[in-house]
Formats: sequence, C-alpha cells, structure tokens
Amino acid sequence: MPSVEVPLLSGRNAPGFGALLKTELLLALRKRADIANPLLFFVTVLALLPLGVGPEPELLARMAPGIIWVMALLATLLSQESLFRGDFEDGTLEQMTLSPQPLYFAVLAKSAVHWLVTGLPLALLSPLLGLMLNLPAAGYLCLFVSLLLGSASLSLMGAVGAALTVALRRPGLLLALIVMPLYAPVLIFGTGAVQAAIDGYAYGAQLAILAALLAAAAALAPLAAAGAIRISTDS
Amino acid sequence: MEVSLAWQWFHRLGSPRWFYQKTGAWLPWLALASMVLLTVGTAWGLGFAPQDAKQGNSYRIIYIHVPAAFLALAGYYIMAISGAIGLIWKMKLSFAVMRAAAPIGAVLTFVALFTGAIWGKPTWGTYWVWDARITSMLILLFLYIGVIALGRAFSREQAADKACALLALVGTVNIPIIYKSVDWWYSLHQPATIKLTQASSIHPSMFYPLLTMVIGFYCLYAWTLIAHTRILVLQREWRTQWVREALEAGK
Repeated sequence: MPSVEVPLLSGRNAPGFGALLKTELLLALRKRADIANPLLFFVTVLALLPLGVGPEPELLARMAPGIIWVMALLATLLSQESLFRGDFEDGTLEQMTLSPQPLYFAVLAKSAVHWLVTGLPLALLSPLLGLMLNLPAAGYLCLFVSLLLGSASLSLMGAVGAALTVALRRPGLLLALIVMPLYAPVLIFGTGAVQAAIDGYAYGAQLAILAALLAAAAALAPLAAAGAIRISTDS
Repeated sequence: MEVSLAWQWFHRLGSPRWFYQKTGAWLPWLALASMVLLTVGTAWGLGFAPQDAKQGNSYRIIYIHVPAAFLALAGYYIMAISGAIGLIWKMKLSFAVMRAAAPIGAVLTFVALFTGAIWGKPTWGTYWVWDARITSMLILLFLYIGVIALGRAFSREQAADKACALLALVGTVNIPIIYKSVDWWYSLHQPATIKLTQASSIHPSMFYPLLTMVIGFYCLYAWTLIAHTRILVLQREWRTQWVREALEAGK
C-alpha cells in the first residue's frame, strides 16, 4: 500500500494542499478502472434511455439537458462513496486529523482530485452524449461549461456526505439519501442554463449562479466535511 | 450577576435529570391545551367558518394544512439549533431534543404534503403539481429522512448525535438556497392552466379558527417533542441512579 506523506511546509497559504493534491492524483491515476467506471455508467445509462422512451429525435432533444445532468449527478454520487474509504480503513484519515496542516485543505485537495477524475471527464464527454441525444447545437458550449462548474460543486458537497458516512459499513444508499437534496440547486441551474441556451436566451446569469454556488461550496463544504471526518474517526 | 444566573439556568436545563423531573408536570397541561385548542379550532373551522367564495368547502383543509406546514419548517430549525447547541456546548439533552424532533418534523412535513395533495384535487384538478412550494416541502421531507436514516445507521449513540447535528446544520445552510432555486425553477416552468387563488388577506371569520389551530399545533408539537425527548432521556440514562428511582416510583 503506498504511504501518503504529508510534508510540513508546501505553501504558506494552503499548507499541505499541493502535496496532497499530487499524491491523490497519482493514486487516482494508478487505479484507472475507478476513473473509467463512472464514465461507463454515464454512457451506458444514457444508451438505455432511448430504448425506454423511444428514439424520436424531437423527444430526445427536449429531454437531453435534463437527462445528461441527472446522469452526471448520479455518476458523481456513485464515485463519491470511495472518496475517504481507503484512507479511513488504513488509518490515513486519522493521521490527517492529527497532522499540523488544517483538515480543510486536505478535504479541498481530495475533492479537487475527485473532480479532476470524474467531473472533468464527464464534462469533456458531454458533447458526445449531446450528439447521441440530438441536443440542439446551441446547447453544447453551455452544457460543457455548466457541467464543468456544477460538477465541482457536486464533488465538494458530496465530500460532506462521504465524510459523514465513512465509518458506516454499507453507506451507499444512505449517502445518496443525504446528499441528493443538497444537489437540487445545482441541477436546477445547470439544466436551466442549457435550456436557456437552446431557446436562444442569454445564459450567463445561470452560469454565474453556478459559479457562486461553487464558491460557496468551496468555502463551506470542506469545513463541514472536516467536522464530519473528526466525528467519523472519533467513533 | 444576571448573566451568571442565566448561565446557571442554561446549564441546569442541559441536565437530563433536571429536564426529566421538571417537564413531567408540564405534560398534562400541554396535552390539555392542545386537545382543547385543536377541538375548538377544528369545530370552528369545519362547522362555523364561512365558505370560501371560490373554493367552497374544500378550502377548509387549510385548518390542518397551514399549521402543519408552519411547524414542519419551524421544526427543522428547532432540530438544527438544538443540534448546534449540542455540538458547541456538548450538551447531552440538546442532542436528545434534536433526535426527538426529527421524526416529528418528518411526520408534519408528510401531513402538509398529504393534505396539500387532497386540497389540490378539487382546487387544481390534480393531486400533484410540481409547484415551487410543494417541491420545496418534498425536499424538506428528504432532508428530515436523511437525518433520521443517518441517526439509525450509527451503532454508537454519541457519533450518531454529532453526525445528525452536522447534517442538520448543513441542511439549514442549504434550505434558503434550495427554496430560492426551486422558486426560480418554477417561475420558468410555470404551467398556464393552474391559477392559485391568492387572496392577499384572509377574512377574520376564517382567520381566528386558523389562529386557534396554529396555536393548538404548537402546543401539540411541544407536547410530543417533550414526551419523545423524555423517552430518549430514559433510554440514554437508564444506567443512572435517578432513572431507576424514577421508574421504581412509577413517575
């Protein structure tokens, strides 16, 4: 098992952030299957959809923004469960709570890596899926940007749920239950932006709200997740 | 001097024993008050308040719907604030109140949604509409269920308390955001067929029975919350001397 080293000083403003980011990214890249699974899930479910509702291009085009967003949300959620699991089981998480670096930056680094390996590829993959679902051409750029911004918020908020449930034996469905309601605003503004783009309206406002949600999540979610980690490692 | 007295009171209130012994005497009064108020309010609202000009008799369900919806939301804040007090001052009683408030709030949210659906059928012609307020209430129900489920999942009570308190606080930060976003979403999707008859003011002859019901629901809430908390206190403190004495005395 690779040991995670947390150096004492790597940045004055965000101690431990850079080093942990590098380590986590390296770990993630060594387990490529874990990166591929959410993406495969994303594509598979989307391929099943026309089988369920019918192949009419108009119908699919109408549903495309919502479906792609909901699937991205589920794919993020599915990969969220393992965010702290390995570190909890081998005791790394407990060491992080004891280390002199604030837990806030550790959570931020882990969420950032989670986004880099799930949210970013999902956003990159989204034009292809838009094509398959007959998404109108005006929606592509907006879909990509909204997923880019929104999935980062999802990663951060999901970290709170993952931290709360990490000490439980089978957290899967419980994690979904406690995190899903918190995802509602991101979903609403994400699909709202794409719909506005398709209808030919300005969508800058929705993207700005998504960015604002991301800023709020980046400031608050790691704090809550850090508190949750302390509760989970305490028990 | 006054500050220290307030703190003394605060700490005494935090003792499960003090709470258990004090509140026993309140319960019959709260029960009586809620029963009288609810009976009077129901009879008044259903039998004597005038019919609504547009909705006929079907509007009378507001006498249950509105108080339940009030307390469903207030109950979430009561739960979250007692959770916060528990986290900050490490107060055992406060956690018990939070855990007791969760199922009560969930039931009230369900009652509000259910009566809303019944009301929707004669008024809007359908049981369920993705209206902004209905959708927010549904998300509130999920937030409550999340807190209850998380509390049940932990085997250690202390960890469960802290985790629930944290989740309730996260929910509190999110409730205004969720409410606003759902509101915005609805104003985009608003179907034209549905018209809410929004009277800006309610006639006093309808308002007084409603007020009676709201106060009655508050008493009922306090009664069930205290009764539930007392049971949780007994469960958590069963090893202590005073619980055994209280149980032996049959109080």
